[in-house]
Amino acid sequence: MENKITKSLVIIGGGPAGLAAAVAAAENGLPAEDILILERDGRLGGILNQCIHNGFGLHTFKEELTGPEYAARFEERAKALHIPYKLGAMVLSISPEKVVTAVSREDGLFTVEAGAVILAMGCRERSRGALNIPGFRPAGVFSAGTAQRLVNMEGYMPGREVVILGSGDIGLIMARRMTLEGAKVHVVAELQPYSGGLKRNIVQCLDDFGIPLKLSHTVTEIHGKDRVTGVTISAVDDKLKPIPGTEEYYSCDTLLLSVGLIPENELTLGAGAPLSRVTNGPVVNESLETGVPGIFACGNVLHVHDLVDYVSEEAAQAGRAAAKYVQGGSKETAEPLSGGIKLEAKGGVRYTVPSIIHPENMPDTLTVRFRVGGIYKNSFISVYFGDQRVQHRKKTVMAPGEMEQVLLKKADLQNIDFDTVTVTVEAE
Amino acid sequence: METKSFICINCPLGCPLTVTVENGEVKSVTGNTCKRGELYAVKEVTAPARTVTSTVRVLNGERPVVAVRTKTDIPKGKIFDCMKAINAAEITAPVHIGDIVIENVCGTGVNVVASADDELG
Repeated sequence: MENKITKSLVIIGGGPAGLAAAVAAAENGLPAEDILILERDGRLGGILNQCIHNGFGLHTFKEELTGPEYAARFEERAKALHIPYKLGAMVLSISPEKVVTAVSREDGLFTVEAGAVILAMGCRERSRGALNIPGFRPAGVFSAGTAQRLVNMEGYMPGREVVILGSGDIGLIMARRMTLEGAKVHVVAELQPYSGGLKRNIVQCLDDFGIPLKLSHTVTEIHGKDRVTGVTISAVDDKLKPIPGTEEYYSCDTLLLSVGLIPENELTLGAGAPLSRVTNGPVVNESLETGVPGIFACGNVLHVHDLVDYVSEEAAQAGRAAAKYVQGGSKETAEPLSGGIKLEAKGGVRYTVPSIIHPENMPDTLTVRFRVGGIYKNSFISVYFGDQRVQHRKKTVMAPGEMEQVLLKKADLQNIDFDTVTVTVEAE
Repeated sequence: METKSFICINCPLGCPLTVTVENGEVKSVTGNTCKRGELYAVKEVTAPARTVTSTVRVLNGERPVVAVRTKTDIPKGKIFDCMKAINAAEITAPVHIGDIVIENVCGTGVNVVASADDELG
């Protein structure tokens, strides 16, 4: 291959977001041969390859699939459309002019001049270093996702006596997985007074196996020098500070950390796209276009999702928008994040994706996704156009671990006399 | 009459279900937002079941293990017996999604099938 090529659309990442974006772009008039997926791993499917548990695809396929099965459905569609992809191809940089520089064993260093770019790099796990837990650096401390890869793909058990810090979904899933493989999971400790994972995972992964979940608790010491020998867990007060005198010692050889996911946006920053301080993902408009014209984002690189079904939906939206951009169908916007209607997150809503809407470019119905910052019971999700409340929907429970959404109609956003749409949580 | 509460696990909504039971018979289900919730509640009270997912060692494959699942859910009480059978099983590459790995696992009438592909290594 020549080390300089040109493509209408380059998609960075061949996981669920990248695959769904590619399929949507090809199905919306972009010739498949003008698309290129760059994937750094040795196979398509991304993180789904190690998510062997069931529960994927209920929305998309109306059946309950495992991660690899869900990925295979999209892989088949991408392959049936003959969308080109490169495996083992690591993208090093993206310039604001959309020149993608990458490296692979097969091609060496190469550049792709792209008409449009879709960012679909996913996210990574917050690590021990970000937590400042005192103690030595013994073997046996793993992020939950690393343990998941070791057990499900490499066929290794990282330990036998396990404590898990953080009740994110991967931690809960791994509590069950390690239990099934014969390990003893002593406890899951969660700093917050609520779990960060889906309710169904608490039922299926902890309750089913009698694994205790200790809310408002954290690990305050890791014991052991060469290998973990135990951890100390303490209760925390309402400021999340450990309460002296509540220390409990757990003997264990392994500590799994499931303490949050961070969108992986080094490439995004390099391209010059501004990031949101709340999501750590790029700020985007109604087309999921970042601050750099022609660079779009979707999936966990944009904001961390709990359901892959929503990733696929969102990625399809980015794929359609990118196809339209390449074909010149979008109104030329030199600055994708200026003008338009501002979407404001208020009163318990931490953020919205997108955060800016240009009504002329939006689809007939636009899905606005968001998360709340705490537990809300019997509350309402409200949408305001200017000062006027236009949506008011009751929700029995809302929690930070579960993404919410509202739908906005294009027809309602024509000839308007307001410039702000507010999404908020209200008690009544 | 007895009431049991639990959380529906059919989908991520996680509806809080309340079931009233009389003489082992379900009298009412409340809290569900769809039909599946009602079916789940009845099943959870009378015959709880789960899908088991794990991995099986692959011979001659690209990878050491391949993902497997029970084709449908199996009685909750058989989960660990099913895991024993899965851990004793081996499969030879190439393996494709849907290939039967264990037939009628632990007498449940349910097959354990591959849920990922692995080619000859």
